[in-house]
Amino acid sequence: MSPALPITRALREAGLAGLVAAGLAFPILVLGTEMNQSNRLVLEQRWSWMAIAAGLVFVGRFLVLMFARTPKRAAPQIGGLVLSPVLSRIGVIALFLFPLVMLFWLGPQGSLKWINNYGVQILIYVMLGWGLNIVVGLAGLLDLGYVAFYAVGAYTYALLSTHFGLSFWICLPLAGLMAASWGAMLGFPVLRLRGDYLAIVTLAFGEIVSAVLTNWTDFSNGKAGIMSIPRITFFGLPFTASENGFAATFGLEFQAIHRTMFLFYLILALALITHVVTLRLRALPVGRAWEALREDEIACRSLGINTVNTKLTAFALGAMFAGFAGSFFAVRQGFVNPDSFTFMESATILAIVVLGGMGSQMGVALAAVVMVGGTELLRELTFLKEVFGSSFDPSLYRMLLFGLAMVVMMIWRPRGLISSREPSVFLAQKKNVSGTHVQEGHG
Amino acid sequence: MENFLQQLINGVTLGSIYGLIAIGYTMVFGIIGMVNFAHGDVFMLSAFIALIIFLALTQLLGLTSLGLVFLIVLMGAMVLTALWNWAIERVAYRPLRGSFRLAPLISAIGMSIFLANFVQVVQGPRNKPVPPMFTDVIHVTSGGAFDVTLSYKQILIVSVTGVLLLVFWYLVQKTALGRAQRACEQDRTMAALLGVDVDRTISLTFIIGAALAAVAGSLYMMYYGVVNFSDGFTPGVKAFTAAVLGGIGSLPGAVIGGLLIGLIETFWAAYFSSDYKDVAAFSILIVTLIFMPSGLLGRPEVEKV
Repeated sequence: MSPALPITRALREAGLAGLVAAGLAFPILVLGTEMNQSNRLVLEQRWSWMAIAAGLVFVGRFLVLMFARTPKRAAPQIGGLVLSPVLSRIGVIALFLFPLVMLFWLGPQGSLKWINNYGVQILIYVMLGWGLNIVVGLAGLLDLGYVAFYAVGAYTYALLSTHFGLSFWICLPLAGLMAASWGAMLGFPVLRLRGDYLAIVTLAFGEIVSAVLTNWTDFSNGKAGIMSIPRITFFGLPFTASENGFAATFGLEFQAIHRTMFLFYLILALALITHVVTLRLRALPVGRAWEALREDEIACRSLGINTVNTKLTAFALGAMFAGFAGSFFAVRQGFVNPDSFTFMESATILAIVVLGGMGSQMGVALAAVVMVGGTELLRELTFLKEVFGSSFDPSLYRMLLFGLAMVVMMIWRPRGLISSREPSVFLAQKKNVSGTHVQEGHG
Repeated sequence: MENFLQQLINGVTLGSIYGLIAIGYTMVFGIIGMVNFAHGDVFMLSAFIALIIFLALTQLLGLTSLGLVFLIVLMGAMVLTALWNWAIERVAYRPLRGSFRLAPLISAIGMSIFLANFVQVVQGPRNKPVPPMFTDVIHVTSGGAFDVTLSYKQILIVSVTGVLLLVFWYLVQKTALGRAQRACEQDRTMAALLGVDVDRTISLTFIIGAALAAVAGSLYMMYYGVVNFSDGFTPGVKAFTAAVLGGIGSLPGAVIGGLLIGLIETFWAAYFSSDYKDVAAFSILIVTLIFMPSGLLGRPEVEKV
């Protein structure tokens, strides 16, 4: 704990911060631009906003100074949340039970939203986070265009199913293969690049993919996207009210929740496959090579590790899981367009990986729950309308708070939520090591 | 020929704006090795500040002299944007100094999301049109297929950029601040040991970067006549691309990269298809980096064991 500041000093510092906030607020908050009837911009003065902003910053800074621990700069973090395998097993069981509990609690109508918006949505990001974790967390290659592979997967299913009538179960492995080969394709040119040059090229690659999807209308139908993509089937049985549908075959009453439940268990299975494959790969030579590459590329080369293959497999495998997730996304939405595959998505997934603690599987899952679930929860805060008046729309502040949360969480725990790592190779006894002892790679 | 000349003029104008933003990226990268993802949104914010100051001067104070208004807008936007960037560095990046490389990057991405949505919340999501300014044009050639024109706006953009680059070059090369800045770039610990206030120098770097971005923002607002809260991302990424193309960390590289990206984009849009101008800019970046992995003027990173 830091020594508590004397109250006068805290007040003075908070006052300064409030003053700065007032200065920052001056034109952008105080003068709002509005269109008048003749379509000209006019200014609207709202000095009270400036006072509110300054007041909020003053109070916030004062509370932080008085009660929060001052972050120790660059001090190694030891410990942190250590999650034993028992806990992760409990987590998996809880996930299996989640839709059933929701179903019994809220009924088939009420639980639909919760299973879909929270369960399925979060699990997609968990899976994407785990996929990117292979590239960023294990191999230490900074990838800012990961969403491109997600898009490749989604469009593979969307195009193959609408043009050739292929079923989801055939397209799923194809989408993974497709994305993996695109991953290798991106891997080749960037093999020589390091650090931020690698980052910008992956970003550029993501932007190119999204620009092509937007502009090549003959191929992808451009901005309008691909509509009426065939929905998921229960291994051939459609989730419809028809004679040969899922409900009729099993003698159940037709309900929309069946499909959502199936989607939930499907993405859960896909995410768990990603997890198990990653865990097993870490024990194999290729996984050890990834981690060695992250720790020290020169040492790797001197020991005869083929860095070209190592990097390419990391890119390809990470991309493959994004491809799976992409085709799941397409079958769940029934509609894809380039707006779902912007840089914002890549940034969100990367944020989940880093906020969770790079390389920590549990941390990534936890960060996905916090970031995605948290922003979804903000949609539910309709009661705030009663407090601030009906013109107040809490969902407007969703992304604003999302951005702020990223900054605050990074400052609070620069090494991620889970700052300890499980070693993949150990002598005699397996002990968690602090994340500060793990390199982040140069690539 | 006319077309070529016209596109050259347009490309240099666009490239000047990219170059001004790219300097902010490259300076910050040079001194703390961090990609300041929020820089594009700082640029967008500055365009909004410039717009508001412009409206305040013309509507609330009733100033009519366009030259004077523009000068005040430029100064005001530079000062206020610099204050914003200073505060951003203080809040979001300074606590992470000395932390691992990805921490400030994520913090910057968070800041970028925050800034874009902040402007959306306080100023509304709609496009903000600005009344046209400096509408006069000079006819460079006439009698051909069409007249090649050079608008006063374009002259203003290129000359303001040129003057600022000279001032900036003087600042970095000849003043004590510039020496401190270059010293910190080479070795922060050594600079600190020799009495350079590293924190202050880094703050000043952010302030200078923001001031240049504010000039770019004001010029952008004037040139295109419309601003929107989502305008930060694309110019930001292009400017970052420009900085990397020129060799990140190299100041002349940022300007050259900016001009190149501006020219590539304009010529591609004119001669091939405007849909794929972003693809062209990014592809050239990728191809350049394959053959010159540290950009045009960047120093290759020497790795020591």
